[in-house]
Amino acid sequence: MSLWQKHAIFEKNSLLLVIGVIIVVSIGGLVEIAPLFYLRSTIEQVQGVRPYTPLELAGRAIYVREGCYNCHSQMIRPLRDEIERYGHYSLAAESMFDKPFQWGSKRTGPDLARVGGKYSDDWQREHLVNPRSVVPQSIMPGYPYLVRNELDVADIAQHMRANRAGGVPYSDEMIANAVADLRAQVNPDDPRAAELEKRYPKAQIRDFDGNPQRLSEADALIAYLQVLGTMVDFKGYDAKANYR
Amino acid sequence: MAGHTEEHDAVTGRTTTGHEWDGIKELNTPLPRWWLNVFYATIIWSIGYFIAYPAWPGVSSYTRGVLGYSSRADVAVEVEALKARRAAQAADLATVELAAIKADPKLLSLAIAQGKAAFGDNCAPCHGIGATGSKGYPNLNDDEWLWGGTLEDIHTTLKHGIRSSNDADTRISAMPAFGRDGILKRDEIRMVANHVRALSGQPTEAGYNRAAGEKLFADNCASCHGEKGLGNRDLGAPNLADAISLYGNRLEDIVETVTNSRAGVMPAWAGRLDPVTVKSLAVYVHSLGGGQ
Repeated sequence: MSLWQKHAIFEKNSLLLVIGVIIVVSIGGLVEIAPLFYLRSTIEQVQGVRPYTPLELAGRAIYVREGCYNCHSQMIRPLRDEIERYGHYSLAAESMFDKPFQWGSKRTGPDLARVGGKYSDDWQREHLVNPRSVVPQSIMPGYPYLVRNELDVADIAQHMRANRAGGVPYSDEMIANAVADLRAQVNPDDPRAAELEKRYPKAQIRDFDGNPQRLSEADALIAYLQVLGTMVDFKGYDAKANYR
Repeated sequence: MAGHTEEHDAVTGRTTTGHEWDGIKELNTPLPRWWLNVFYATIIWSIGYFIAYPAWPGVSSYTRGVLGYSSRADVAVEVEALKARRAAQAADLATVELAAIKADPKLLSLAIAQGKAAFGDNCAPCHGIGATGSKGYPNLNDDEWLWGGTLEDIHTTLKHGIRSSNDADTRISAMPAFGRDGILKRDEIRMVANHVRALSGQPTEAGYNRAAGEKLFADNCASCHGEKGLGNRDLGAPNLADAISLYGNRLEDIVETVTNSRAGVMPAWAGRLDPVTVKSLAVYVHSLGGGQ
């Protein structure tokens, strides 16, 4: 009996068949995916990428909750036309603190990987409330309740702890000051704003939703949108060393 | 499975596989030869592919392939080629002064074409596709300018933005929030708002007293907007004596503006767009009708 005939063993024993299938399918994953976790070349060495501030992280949670990724990608591919429209192609380092990443694969709306700083806060707020008020041909739904909803800050420290478990370098100090930092970011007059900036360099500190009286979900989401793609200092980035 | 004896099947003239399940036997119908050969050929092709392109992970690196392929290197070449192609047409756009672009019909049409394309993607979301603006976003077709309407002024505004958070040279001015910060009382705000309406020749309320309005305006507003409300472009203070108003010129709009102030933001484009594009945009915006 040749080796060819041995499959009778698998055909007659379903548990063995399942184990065999798992082994064969895992080989692809082990070869293609596992090396990305240990190869140093996976994530570029860059200056400027820091973990999200508590407010940005809360905004990111709203981005995920509302399913923004269903229509917006956050991944500028290394293709000429995309670079022309959106800017420098995305680097792996830019999403290393995204748990999980928001690269997406479908663009009903434009890519948002570098939307930070492209529009004013006022525009972002008006656009979220009613996209057609600023872009008449837009088909994006409105999210008017984001401006009305008070931001839930109760679980932000837990959220950061969960991110830390996933590898985001939040320090104990960052987690202990989560709520204070979150509130300080929407209020430039807050005495803690300087501390926030020390913990999260270049954090943008201002009222984002145009209403200083309240901390809304729009505050968080706009803070997140305004930081997207702005962290890497491309002046110090050696593109040639990172050709892949 | 009873055994592995291959039998000849009389009906089809083929042999069976030798498998038998509860009396059911399976005909041996092999894949077509040509199909199998194609399959083997792809396996051999993949070996060439592994050698030519980045393929196998190692312990500290990965095989880069003899062709040295890199999608990032490729796109860098493409972007450079595009730049070179544009430079061939627009070398002068990069070096020539703004005023000289305006004077040269060939450069002017080139700058306007480039500026128009960049405007659609980057400026139209706020200023509108026809640059007509809307509440809070200035109309760029008229000759009312907050920070100046000369080519240089427009170029500076484009490069550094207005109250942009990521540009140290951005244009900045802050109107006080006269109501929120308790500088003026409610009835004083209403009085001064009426006066602003009077400045542009609009009807005022019954309770409006010209002398009182003038005094309030002189004490609180004139230092930036000028005694007659004609504005000051060095400070981004709008002209209040004309019919154009960025946030509306109904009484309640003006009361809101005086109470809480306004501080529109325009992003700085120097970091996002290349210098030639920013220049072209300046020329395009200047050409829309209000350029000075």
